[in-house]
Amino acid sequence: MRKREIKKALIHLILIAGIGVTILPFFWMITTAFKTQGESVQMPPIWFPSAWRLDAFKEVLAKPNFLMVYKNTIITTVVTVLGQVGLCAMAGYGFARIHFPGRDILFVLILGVLMIPPQIFLMPQYLIIQNMGLLNTIPALFLPNLFSAFGTFLLRQSFLSLPKELEEAAMLDGCNRFQIFLRIMLPLTKSSLVALSIMVMKFAWNDLMWPLIVNTSAKKMTLAPTLASMISEYGSNYPVQMAGAVLSILPIVILFIIFQKQFIEGVASTGVKG
Amino acid sequence: MGRKKPSRREVKDWLWGYGMVAPLVAGLAVFYFYPFVQSIYMSFTKTGAFNRSTWNGISNYVELFGDETFWQSLKNTLVYVVMTVPVGILLSIVMAGLLNSKIKGTSFYRTVYFLPSVTMAAAISLVWRWIYNGDYGLLNVILNFFGIKGISWLTNPNTVMIAIGIVGIWCSCGYNTIILLAGLQGISSNYYEAASIDGAGPWYVFWKITFPLLSPTIFFVMVTSLINGLKTFDMVYMMVPTASPVYKEAQTVVMYFYRNAFEYGNKGYASSIAVMMFALIMLITIFQMRFQKKWVIYD
Repeated sequence: MRKREIKKALIHLILIAGIGVTILPFFWMITTAFKTQGESVQMPPIWFPSAWRLDAFKEVLAKPNFLMVYKNTIITTVVTVLGQVGLCAMAGYGFARIHFPGRDILFVLILGVLMIPPQIFLMPQYLIIQNMGLLNTIPALFLPNLFSAFGTFLLRQSFLSLPKELEEAAMLDGCNRFQIFLRIMLPLTKSSLVALSIMVMKFAWNDLMWPLIVNTSAKKMTLAPTLASMISEYGSNYPVQMAGAVLSILPIVILFIIFQKQFIEGVASTGVKG
Repeated sequence: MGRKKPSRREVKDWLWGYGMVAPLVAGLAVFYFYPFVQSIYMSFTKTGAFNRSTWNGISNYVELFGDETFWQSLKNTLVYVVMTVPVGILLSIVMAGLLNSKIKGTSFYRTVYFLPSVTMAAAISLVWRWIYNGDYGLLNVILNFFGIKGISWLTNPNTVMIAIGIVGIWCSCGYNTIILLAGLQGISSNYYEAASIDGAGPWYVFWKITFPLLSPTIFFVMVTSLINGLKTFDMVYMMVPTASPVYKEAQTVVMYFYRNAFEYGNKGYASSIAVMMFALIMLITIFQMRFQKKWVIYD
């Protein structure tokens, strides 16, 4: 009995140490954001600012394009999530349930895209956006990401797992394919739709390279490249950099705290199925 | 060959099928299938003035093989992968094992460990740049407390990749732990009960029960970590600017590709780097698929 308790205490000790290592950078990010520049480089360092000042946040928000960039990131993320999940769900249903000629070949081609490292698509994608005259626009930020081989694969799997009888009954009632998809099948794949939405949202919100490639104008940027440019802009003004970082991660962290179960279970299930 | 003519109803159903996959397939064709072919084609061309490309045969590849910067970037990337993947997975297995023991508060631990993987790599890099700062960084303050004299981690050629690798592990460890924990929870307790009746020790139980039954999950985590490692861009881009004295020692393949494609304007040359990366990832995937038969057990 005694030995078991010691063992448990030891496990907690290690896990708490893990929490410390995980949280410390976030803690440092937040407290630095509330310090003055002088306090941030004070030696020995102070863990907490002498007063919780909002100056660094005010400075970031007063930065000419910051609010605009914030809005761009929200628009890009929302459009990418809705567009990609919608298109993938529709196609996933088509591939899972309708036996049209050429279906299997098309699906194998889509699986092929899954195996290819995405960097190989980047430059031609850039050239296409350029030819469409869309460089330095908001649509450039989300256009290629509306289409996803992975999302189609994931949702096809979840449609395949549903019983056929449901559809047959609806078909007899005179529903067409799209109505069956929308009213009967889609609600039943909710957990996969949520898992995919979370993955896409994380990607769209956090992506650095694609916005950097297609947009150069500071007005048309998203948050990640804007943070990158703040390094040279604010050199050693760490409170302002940290305030920018805090503001950039805030929406996703809040969503994560609210929907932690969905965030974590979506990931846990990918490994088990994979 | 006796194939019966489709009925009108069937044809109508097909049309629904085409209609529903068409938007996605069209998008994939424009933004993925065509770019793939185009990239391979472009890798055999040279980009001249006004972005005009001319056929160049295999010269890009010949140049690539003699390009020291390319080999250095490949080496940096592989160093990063070799450093982060084994250590990261080992750490994740240990953490998952601890979380799987019957203790209270598991879901709290899970949530906190998961946090780094949802946050923006650019923001995380900004903080770690600050923590690694040679003069005022938190890391050196902590080391100083233990009597160790710190250095400027991100501008020293010997430490820059280790420093970035630590951030990489910090970012992905919790994520991998969650996947491995789900794998552990999927192992039926019957196996463990049988082993404990037989009086098996913990070491024996791990190697004969846990490891084989967890091996498909470990394999999955390994493949994804490896591919993510080979694609490393964000963190290095953020933490090592072009003007850095150790830029050469930290530049990854994807960064070298990016600079060539979008900063130096060598579109043809950049394409050949992308194609080489594609070949490398294919090779590693094939190798892993072969090798997995030796240690991964699917039931």
